[in-house]
Amino acid sequence: MTSSTLSLATEIEAATGINPAACYQCGKCSAGCPMASESDLRPHQVMRRVTYGSREKALRDESIWLCLTCETCSTRCPNGCDPAGVIDALREISIESGMATMPRAMRAFHKTFLEQIRANGRLHEVGLVVGYKLRSGALMNDVTNTPGLLSRGKLGIMPDKIKGVAEVKRLFDKCGVTL
Amino acid sequence: MSTVVDATATAEAGAQPAPGVLAYYPGCSLHGTEPEYDESLRAVVEALGIAIAEIPDWNCCGASSAHTTDHLLGVALPARNLALAEAAGFDRVLAPCAACYNRLAAAQLAVAEDAGLAEQMPDILGRPFANSVEVLSILSLLRDVKTTIAERASATRAAPNPLVGVKLAAYYGCLLVRPPELSGGDDPEQPMFMDEVIEACGAEAVDWNMKVECCGGAFSVSRTSSVLRMGRAIIEDARSNGAEAIVVACPLCHTNLDLRQKAMESRGEPRIPVLFITEVVGLALGLPAGALGLKRHFIATAPLLADLNIRAAQRVADEKKAADEKATKAAAREAKAAEAKAAAAADPATPDAGGDA
Repeated sequence: MTSSTLSLATEIEAATGINPAACYQCGKCSAGCPMASESDLRPHQVMRRVTYGSREKALRDESIWLCLTCETCSTRCPNGCDPAGVIDALREISIESGMATMPRAMRAFHKTFLEQIRANGRLHEVGLVVGYKLRSGALMNDVTNTPGLLSRGKLGIMPDKIKGVAEVKRLFDKCGVTL
Repeated sequence: MSTVVDATATAEAGAQPAPGVLAYYPGCSLHGTEPEYDESLRAVVEALGIAIAEIPDWNCCGASSAHTTDHLLGVALPARNLALAEAAGFDRVLAPCAACYNRLAAAQLAVAEDAGLAEQMPDILGRPFANSVEVLSILSLLRDVKTTIAERASATRAAPNPLVGVKLAAYYGCLLVRPPELSGGDDPEQPMFMDEVIEACGAEAVDWNMKVECCGGAFSVSRTSSVLRMGRAIIEDARSNGAEAIVVACPLCHTNLDLRQKAMESRGEPRIPVLFITEVVGLALGLPAGALGLKRHFIATAPLLADLNIRAAQRVADEKKAADEKATKAAAREAKAAEAKAAAAADPATPDAGGDA
């Protein structure tokens, strides 16, 4: 997935089997997209850019990071184009080619999330929130919810660590994911 | 799924589980911010005679962060759990968290459809993997036993079923019904399998518009404003269609609609409790509220439960009154008939007396 001589659509088709060029711009995906109102590019526009637009523009656009993978678009696409699958592929290619413009808060969230899994095998929510806050700078977010979470027994202080941590670390390495 | 072995046991690798025992994949949220889902699920499967055993040494499925950043990692993390369940001798795994269900089932499907990926897996996982385990959502499991639930919910018992007639909005969100291959055979746009379970409980599942809309899922922490916008629309639609509570089968949906509901309030509307489907089934089966984790919610469930108990008591009293009235009327009718019969016997000339004079 690294050759920049290929068009993005071809590259995505080779990697995922999804053919973005089959999109005929009906706009059904964007009509159902819950993040359309907050994104510069709506799903059908992402599909157009992938097929005909600038590779770099497509990979640098922030809109691909605002996709929740709710899969409404892919469920409704009348031509089987799977916009959510295309967006997942775009995110992966943009990270690999160093062009990802994911918002700081999201980068902080995903990085901390995956680090937690790599270190313990499971997600430790307190660790996730602390790591997220330090990375994102959003120190005061959700502070007022903390006492409520504690009194309801919803925050475990100690992380769960599985026996197979080495196996999980190896799995990350085998997938080529470095954090 | 008829024999109970030990609903809380952890399976030992190598030992064969008893036939019918389901592998249980709780996932991180049920061990963390949503323990009431785990508590109520364990109580309900035990009451229904379904045996489950936690997959030994399971790992996080990677949820949205893994597949968002690396496709292979998004398959491999859940696949390790499927391999562990397989090694422990299970053929089905129950994943109550909608995100875990979606990731496990998507991995199962991806490996089944891609021979190259299937070949790669044992090397990535460092263990054998035949991809032989079926992944079940809680909705599929409960739908399969809805007749039993309905029988138990309508059986006469000391404390009446509090759910009869309560209006509930079945909220599916994304991950239980999309992509369509993962929707348990139901319609991804108009699913009914949670509605069916709710009706089996004696409650009324309302018609509403937002049952498969997204709640904002994984943006709960990193983009809370989007979650508030989406959640508000869901809650307003449920309320305007008469729902007294929203029912979910996903810890992310629960966090977003329960914990964040206070921040969504705009015009001082009453708050609407958000229940897990397992809590609803537990109440219908007559399990005590304390065993279902109902006190752990941010939107208090106690006022609704108190109201439901009053309504149930009233219903039982009304039913008793109606039955008493019916019995009184029947007795009066019988007495009248007996009187007429006696009069006829005393006067053999009366026709229809049955005499042979």
